Amino acid sequence: MYKIITKKPLNDTVVQMEIEAPLVANKAKAGQFIILRVDEDGERIPLTVAGTDKEKGTVKIIFQVVGGTTMKLNAKSAGEYIQDFIGPLGKATETDGIKKVCIIGGGVGCAIAMPVAQEFHRLGAEVVSIIGFRNKDIVILEDEFRACSDRLFVYTDDGSYGKQGNVVVPLKEMLSSGEKFDMIITIGPLVMMKFVVLAAKEFNVPCTVSMNPIMIDGTGMCGGCRLTLNKDGKRETKFACVDGPDFNGYEVDFDEAMSRNRMYADFEQRSREHACNLLNNKGE
Amino acid sequence: MAIVPKKHEMPTQSAEIRARNFNEVALGYSAEVAVNEAKRCLNCKNRPCVAGCPVNVNIPDFISLVKTGDFEGAYKIINKTSSLPAVCGRVCPQETQCEQRCTLGIKFEPVGIGRLERFVADYHNSAAQTTEQKPKSNGIKVAVVGSGPSGLTCAGDLAKKGYEVSVFEALHTAGGVLVYGIPEFRLPKSIVKKEVDGLKALGVDIETNVVIGKTLTVDELFDAGYKAVFIGSGAGLPNFMNIKGESLKGVYSANEFLTRSNLMKAYREDCDTPIMKGGFVAVVGGGNVAMDAARTALRLGAEKVYIVYRRSMDEIPARKEEVEHAMEEGIDFRLLCNPVEILGYNNPDNPRDVKNGFVSGIKCIKMELGEPDAKGRRRPVPIAGSEFELKVDTVIMAIGTSPNPLIKNTTEGLNVNDHGGIIVDENGLTSKLGVYAGGDAVTGAATVISAMGAGKLAAKSIDEYLSNKNA
Repeated sequence: MYKIITKKPLNDTVVQMEIEAPLVANKAKAGQFIILRVDEDGERIPLTVAGTDKEKGTVKIIFQVVGGTTMKLNAKSAGEYIQDFIGPLGKATETDGIKKVCIIGGGVGCAIAMPVAQEFHRLGAEVVSIIGFRNKDIVILEDEFRACSDRLFVYTDDGSYGKQGNVVVPLKEMLSSGEKFDMIITIGPLVMMKFVVLAAKEFNVPCTVSMNPIMIDGTGMCGGCRLTLNKDGKRETKFACVDGPDFNGYEVDFDEAMSRNRMYADFEQRSREHACNLLNNKGE
Repeated sequence: MAIVPKKHEMPTQSAEIRARNFNEVALGYSAEVAVNEAKRCLNCKNRPCVAGCPVNVNIPDFISLVKTGDFEGAYKIINKTSSLPAVCGRVCPQETQCEQRCTLGIKFEPVGIGRLERFVADYHNSAAQTTEQKPKSNGIKVAVVGSGPSGLTCAGDLAKKGYEVSVFEALHTAGGVLVYGIPEFRLPKSIVKKEVDGLKALGVDIETNVVIGKTLTVDELFDAGYKAVFIGSGAGLPNFMNIKGESLKGVYSANEFLTRSNLMKAYREDCDTPIMKGGFVAVVGGGNVAMDAARTALRLGAEKVYIVYRRSMDEIPARKEEVEHAMEEGIDFRLLCNPVEILGYNNPDNPRDVKNGFVSGIKCIKMELGEPDAKGRRRPVPIAGSEFELKVDTVIMAIGTSPNPLIKNTTEGLNVNDHGGIIVDENGLTSKLGVYAGGDAVTGAATVISAMGAGKLAAKSIDEYLSNKNA
């Protein structure tokens, strides 16, 4: 069992928790993820490591309350325990040789982008961050990004906070005006990453994307997290859990990844309703 | 006394009933039937069966005690060499091991050794309450990576010798393939739990949720005071055919399908883990894993399940009993067939059609057997123009696995072969001092019993290594 040390809502649907897991805290690097189970009959879900405190032996996770499992997780309070917490899994984000980086986070993906931005900042790279949200109510981690970015752009789809537009707008403006980056790293909804990659390609800037497919074991055993890379005209199957989660954005087949992520859409809907009923009844 | 020419039949749930539940298929011998089956053993002098067993269970001796009704005594004999008798009695391919060599089998059916082993183990587990005594510790720490058959065997043997053994398991439940791979109807999980609890009673410490190669490395285990390490991390990454359509929704590796059902309990209504149930299912492959996947799909409510296998029944690698059970349950065997493409649903008029991107069928080609390959199995060759389609909703690829790279990539000095399997010598020693390995991590996908044999050998070698070191 793993203890929830702190719990803090970041907005109406996004929650941050610190979990006591010293072995994981000791090893985790930016870009890696963990897998957790809330309770004995729970499913295994992957969540990216949002930070660690080696001295306290804690790992920070940030999750959006979207399905049955995240609802159950959100029903737990600080001081309570979750069943399983495994990691760190996947490869850490590659930082070698990158002196100037553009980090682009979308929505709850900002939680994953943040430790990557912090790591580059720590290593002395120039960090330009773009964070985008649907509207002002769901803006998260702005202060944290400001602290580790040389420049920060905040965008909302409806213009209710920061500037109006999606994250590709400021990226294209910068690239058009001749600004150079060693690397663009983007983390967020698949469709957003797809368009960031298209923009990066247009200006010939390398682009890393962080994939978050459905997975079970997270150690290379089930193959559920597979995705396809188009490499020199050849299609190659990769496993996000052991080969990723970071991939060269130019190569990822996003349409396939988007389709695969919706495999259990039906089931998730039912599970959400079920969890709602369960949690509501519990509260009565 | 006249020889009974056939094995006493194993009582089973009837095919129609069991095809729709997850309870165990085979129900086990009664004491009376077990004694009668044991009486078929000729107790021949040269005991070929013992050599046919990867862990050399003293088969004629335990059968002799079954004849006299001393079932607990029989258990003690098996347990001397096998740490998981209730498991082996259920999942060993006896027809290619002990029973294949049985003298009685030359003229008649061989003695039902596996059935007797199962009976004896189940008798022990239900009747006798002798808890294992924790041996006196010798204070030497040994780490075992993976809690599958090889790891559990190695841990058990070392614990009996007084070593302080820690087993590190990546998943949340101990048992490895016995838990995530082999279904409940073939190996009830309560049996695996009993075996694991037995090890705990011997003082073995089991640490779940620790991924060696990620959470800790092999070198860090030595830093933490472990004097030797056994790697039994299993087979790893599932293979795919690299044909069109393998990324469609509804295509699973057998590992994923079975893990969802077995480990994550997706067959239960109250479980949080989703799985595609019902409809038409094609399982590609002819091994035990393919049979397990097909029969699981059936029990999850499939209307029709096909096995698509590229060779013929003579070459099928699954245990005979599993193939027979699958056929009785109505699995449709499409032999000498190979998939060439998985077909997907795509509504050109509505890109938002929820069915888009799901499997709609599998296109196969008929095969014929050509010349034998290097292993002596006749190579299947496609028959030009013989393509046909099966309408299915789910496709499960059960065509083997490749070794997992996590440990290799994080362990300096650990050599692997071209296939990624860890290289060991005849004692189970790897290229790294103090590091031993066995099971599927070494051989690629094989059997539970061969993994146990490797775990046993490694335990012996580790004991010798550490005894010499400390002498």
